[in-house]
Amino acid sequence: MRVRQEPWAQQRAGAANPRRRAAALLAALTLGAGLAGCTSIEPWVKPYEREHLADPIMALSRNSIAASYRDHVFETREGSHGATGAVGGGCGCN
Amino acid sequence: MSAAAPRAGTRGVRLLPPVFRTLLALGLVVVPALGGVLPEDEADVMYHSYSGGDITVRGPSVLIRKKVGDNLSLTYNYYEDMISSASIDVKLSASPYHEIRRQNSFGADYLHGKTTYSIGYIHSREPDYIADTSYYSVSQDMFGDLTTITLGYRRAWDNVYRDLCAAPHPTNSECPDIINDPTFHQRADHWGYSFGLTQVLTRNLLALVNYEIDTDQGYLANPYREIRYASPGGVGFTLAPQIYPGTRTSNAASVQLKYYLPWRAALAGSYRFYHDTFGVTGSTLETDYTMPVWKGWIFDGSLRYYRQTHASFYSDLFPYANYSNFEARDRELAAFDSWTLGVGASYEFQIPHAPWIHKSTANIRYDRMMIDYKDFRDALLAAQYGAGSEPLYKLDANVLEAFLSIWY
Amino acid sequence: MRNRLAAIIAAAALALPALAADPTGGPAPQFTLAARSGSNVSLAQYKGQVVMLNFWASWCGPCRQEMPLLESIYKKYNRLGFTLIGVNVEPDSNAANEWLKQTPVSFPILYDKESKVSKMYDVAGMPSTVIIDRRGKVRVLHRGYKPGDENEYLDSIRTLVRE
Repeated sequence: MRVRQEPWAQQRAGAANPRRRAAALLAALTLGAGLAGCTSIEPWVKPYEREHLADPIMALSRNSIAASYRDHVFETREGSHGATGAVGGGCGCN
Repeated sequence: MSAAAPRAGTRGVRLLPPVFRTLLALGLVVVPALGGVLPEDEADVMYHSYSGGDITVRGPSVLIRKKVGDNLSLTYNYYEDMISSASIDVKLSASPYHEIRRQNSFGADYLHGKTTYSIGYIHSREPDYIADTSYYSVSQDMFGDLTTITLGYRRAWDNVYRDLCAAPHPTNSECPDIINDPTFHQRADHWGYSFGLTQVLTRNLLALVNYEIDTDQGYLANPYREIRYASPGGVGFTLAPQIYPGTRTSNAASVQLKYYLPWRAALAGSYRFYHDTFGVTGSTLETDYTMPVWKGWIFDGSLRYYRQTHASFYSDLFPYANYSNFEARDRELAAFDSWTLGVGASYEFQIPHAPWIHKSTANIRYDRMMIDYKDFRDALLAAQYGAGSEPLYKLDANVLEAFLSIWY
Repeated sequence: MRNRLAAIIAAAALALPALAADPTGGPAPQFTLAARSGSNVSLAQYKGQVVMLNFWASWCGPCRQEMPLLESIYKKYNRLGFTLIGVNVEPDSNAANEWLKQTPVSFPILYDKESKVSKMYDVAGMPSTVIIDRRGKVRVLHRGYKPGDENEYLDSIRTLVRE
């Protein structure tokens, strides 16, 4: 006696939807990002106040291949992946 | 025939189902949020080692990054895994094995004003698996450089093969003659979209938000791993091939905060939530502390907690043969708790007679991973405890990274 | 009609902030700051010369990269009625002084510990370079530094020195 597992049948049909939704989200964000470049919101942390943020210890990741490797070790042993992101912040120079 | 003997024709159990293996490729290139600044020229040499559950994976990773002109930065990374496996999965249904996986990655970042455009390509190859990944991202600084937004897209193609043992050999010893199974060739395709936002909140506080959605389609199972179902006689169970769904969509979202402490140290905390259509839900909580000590030394400590619920088609022991459409016993899809404790040290030094190297560091990092499975049992002890009543499996692993970095 | 009015107001509101704070073309705000040499230094002392103010910090990579080039510009044009003033924006000057010991410069360094002068000149990027003409008017405001920017500085200085 086989136990039918419904969600997979539905998922096959719906597989395109998450992608379409994600593509729409991507388009909206790109548009938003483009528009945001035009407005002027006064930065509340001035460039000359970014000393602490520019300190190497405040880097979200001090070395990319070491951080990537560590993420990779977890991903191969766990069921979760993704959203371990990216590096930014920093000195605001240039 | 005892269920624990190696099945004729199978060579070894892979470290993981192929659906995870494409992530090996992507996991090694973290797409940075660059915004309006190109990364610095850098060269790194790393030795990495994972050892736990009778699996050892170690090897080198070499990175070179160089600016070409004012607006372009190129990156190359060579990575190798030398795998030696006699894991619990291997011992249950196959034979120990050694293999090498090699990976080459190429990336380019192009800066125009406050925007960085990045593209990259990764090629990973091992005897029975070839994975190709391409990725594209746009990173933009805005609001007085307090905000960086990064949008990314990746596309991966996998070719899955299977190896066989052409010669009979004793249980729990390596196969002396491995050949490729010419009848087995499967494909898997992957698409991923990601959004990242880095935000300066105060002069001492940074925030990072990430969201990612991925779809996998094709052959997502493992050609070597098996499930077991209860059967009378012998050790109380029979092995059977696993059956995976042909598609998976997953969502992950994370938030991280990093705070600068007045005595010059940094404290970070992060949370990530993951859910996919296999039914796996994962929550990750991590905290890191970074502290400079003496001149040139920086120490790091971290504590990570991870909890996962099992996939809807996962079971350690199915009640009978052909119980459901989809069946898996991969412990990566089981329910478990995991704690990881990590420490690291970094030392900055000057290389004599080389003024063109303006900064160099020697680094070491050690993590201890402790996984407690909630519904994955040590099936090798079935004869002693009875199938389905064996003790729950526990895994402790040591992860080591030792690397040298120079900025020139 | 109401929609068009709203759109015009919105457009104006978006455009205004961009126009508001740029000091170029106006008189250079006056200030007095403590100098590395020990005494106080005022901008008014340099009236009649072309003055280049460089806002920098020891924690800022491009700032450090730019300094040796500023030193050579200073040495070359100092005799022609040009002076360069480095305004350090750090609340604690220790790191800056340490760095200057290793990379000495001969032009005056002033300490803007409370960021008063940075605010006056609307410093919106690190480094920022302001060039003031002989009559005390701000003529050039340059944000950031990329290799090659020193040529722009030299062009402006040559023009202003001849005035």
